[in-house]
Amino acid sequence: MADTTQTRLDTRFAELAARNEKAFVAFVTAGDPDRETSQAILAGLPEAGADVIEIGMPFTDPMADGPAIQVASQRALKAGQTVVGTLDMVRAFRADNDTTPIVLMGYYNPIYHYGPEKFVAEAKQAGVDGLIIVDLPAEEDEELCLPALRGGLNFIRLATPTTDDKRLPSILTNTSGFLYYVSIAGITGSAAPEQNAVASNVARIKGQTELPVVVGFGIRTPEQAHDIASIADGAVVGSVLVETIADNLDADGKAQPDCIKNVLLLASQLASGVKK
Amino acid sequence: MEIVDKKNSYSAGPDENGRFGLYGGRFVAETLMPLILDLEKAYGAAQQDPAFEDELIDLQTHYVGRPSPLYFAERLTEHYGGAKIYLKRDELNHTGSHKINNCLGQILLAKRMGKTRIIAETGAGQHGVAVATVAARFGLPCTVFMGATDIERQKPNVFRMKLLGADIRAVTAGAGTLKDAMNEALRDWVANVDDTFYIIGTVAGPHPYPAMVRDFQSIIGKETKTQMLEREGRLPDSLVACIGGGSNAMGLFHPFLDDAEVNIIGVEAGGLGLDTPDHAASLAGGEPGVLHGNRTYLLQDDDGQIIEGHSISAGLDYPGIGPEHAFLRDSGRVNYVSATDAEALEAFQLITRLEGIIPALEPSHALAHVSKIAPDLPSDHLLVMNMCGRGDKDVFSVAEHLDVEL
Repeated sequence: MADTTQTRLDTRFAELAARNEKAFVAFVTAGDPDRETSQAILAGLPEAGADVIEIGMPFTDPMADGPAIQVASQRALKAGQTVVGTLDMVRAFRADNDTTPIVLMGYYNPIYHYGPEKFVAEAKQAGVDGLIIVDLPAEEDEELCLPALRGGLNFIRLATPTTDDKRLPSILTNTSGFLYYVSIAGITGSAAPEQNAVASNVARIKGQTELPVVVGFGIRTPEQAHDIASIADGAVVGSVLVETIADNLDADGKAQPDCIKNVLLLASQLASGVKK
Repeated sequence: MEIVDKKNSYSAGPDENGRFGLYGGRFVAETLMPLILDLEKAYGAAQQDPAFEDELIDLQTHYVGRPSPLYFAERLTEHYGGAKIYLKRDELNHTGSHKINNCLGQILLAKRMGKTRIIAETGAGQHGVAVATVAARFGLPCTVFMGATDIERQKPNVFRMKLLGADIRAVTAGAGTLKDAMNEALRDWVANVDDTFYIIGTVAGPHPYPAMVRDFQSIIGKETKTQMLEREGRLPDSLVACIGGGSNAMGLFHPFLDDAEVNIIGVEAGGLGLDTPDHAASLAGGEPGVLHGNRTYLLQDDDGQIIEGHSISAGLDYPGIGPEHAFLRDSGRVNYVSATDAEALEAFQLITRLEGIIPALEPSHALAHVSKIAPDLPSDHLLVMNMCGRGDKDVFSVAEHLDVEL
């Protein structure tokens, strides 16, 4: 039933595999701290070394996120970010870049409210490649996962330390693009993952799927990114990037002149860690 | 045993996917999914185990003081000069509200599952106090998440929870009220999957919580049915209960859903009025959406962002409502109305003077609606209002609203 056309994600992971390289997946929240700054960060991420960009869709109640991404969402919402605004940002990004895959990560309510079918069609048209929706487990696949697959988007599922072998097949069934392994039982930006535990879980998952397995949650430094990438197909880094945005705001919450530069500098350091 | 035609029953839900029609479901992060499947299994097994029910009944009787009386409010009835008003006195329960009914059930389940740590969210603090109480009774450490704003306006309950040994975590995210406390409790649960049991306080959250909390609360309606048959020889004509998340209402309503002759009314918090943005009436002013694990009516803006509810009562200012209420609203079985802060405050004072019962601000909303309908009903109309909590916790904030210096 899924649209079998290759997405940019499929192409990108195939290229990386051919070069024997790991993926650096960079996360930022759409519209944080404002639309213009956020758009400039997006535009600079590919050159800084991001193989895949994950764009957070801000939500008032981000239950799986730690303080860093919670406040990033609040900054974006305060600056007026909307679902339509996020799709517009993807469109603007695509005007100059037709190769770097974009994955939207968020919570279901804003999409449900917008209308799942309409959202999928407009996201595809804007140049989105995949969706990660935190509060849609496999049990709720009819809500958005199946419409997204039919509409030619990848639906990327999270597997976690609580996902045992019995449950894994039901998660893999409708997953495409890549599988996102959540390194810890916890929220984003928490404690560093334990290397051995992650390694054995990634190996366990790879035994059951051909999909690339990318690991995220708790990765903050180029060294950690390197360690994680060495045992998986890639590493996702988010909280430390949005914290860098927070660190480069003035007292009124406006981006200071070096904000974009500093975020992209950190991104390039993290990318070097992954590629080392 | 009563035979219910499931197809034509309002009380048969949820289905195997936790749905009440469109509403309910399991909208949680993958980390929690195996946990709520375990919980569903454990709850199913407990329901089949007579020992579980025996222990629960024993505690309900000797620890909580059930059954709670069904009290004929003679002076209130005289005052309105219409319907014959009965109060279901769940405010007389140990800890002062209906919340203990559910907490006892869930902590027995936690024990069966071998969990060693309890977490909970609380708004007004009534659920938090009930959780801290059962945690003390069973010797389990307990962490209660409470919005910083609510901590400020519910100080007596905060101190009670501390006395009971609970660790209170102030939540400053968002408006610092119940919704934010629930987010934080879910975040804690995701990070402590092995040992922690989350006691949700209302008929919301992912399946099986809405059905499980309802089942533990439906002792209210079952008792009411028996008591009314004893007193009056027939079923009541009307039931009235206040609704935040809706657990006291669901508990009273559920055993009567298939009694078509019983008129059922839920009263939401109208805040400063439904024509203002400052209310917490999710059914009247919200739209279907997904939050905290279930689909239900939510207060939200044009972009699907959740709006904070407002109510004079910290127990009602939740932007959502239990999914079964959403289903009962759409199906037309239950009539949902609202009462404002001012109406609730007036009802609070009236019943205190007429019946010598200081109610919590939450059931004061139910009483405010009773005051609107009772005068026009005939004297043989039997009306039951759920007095789900006592007002000790509210006297300071009521004093403030009435400009009284204590």
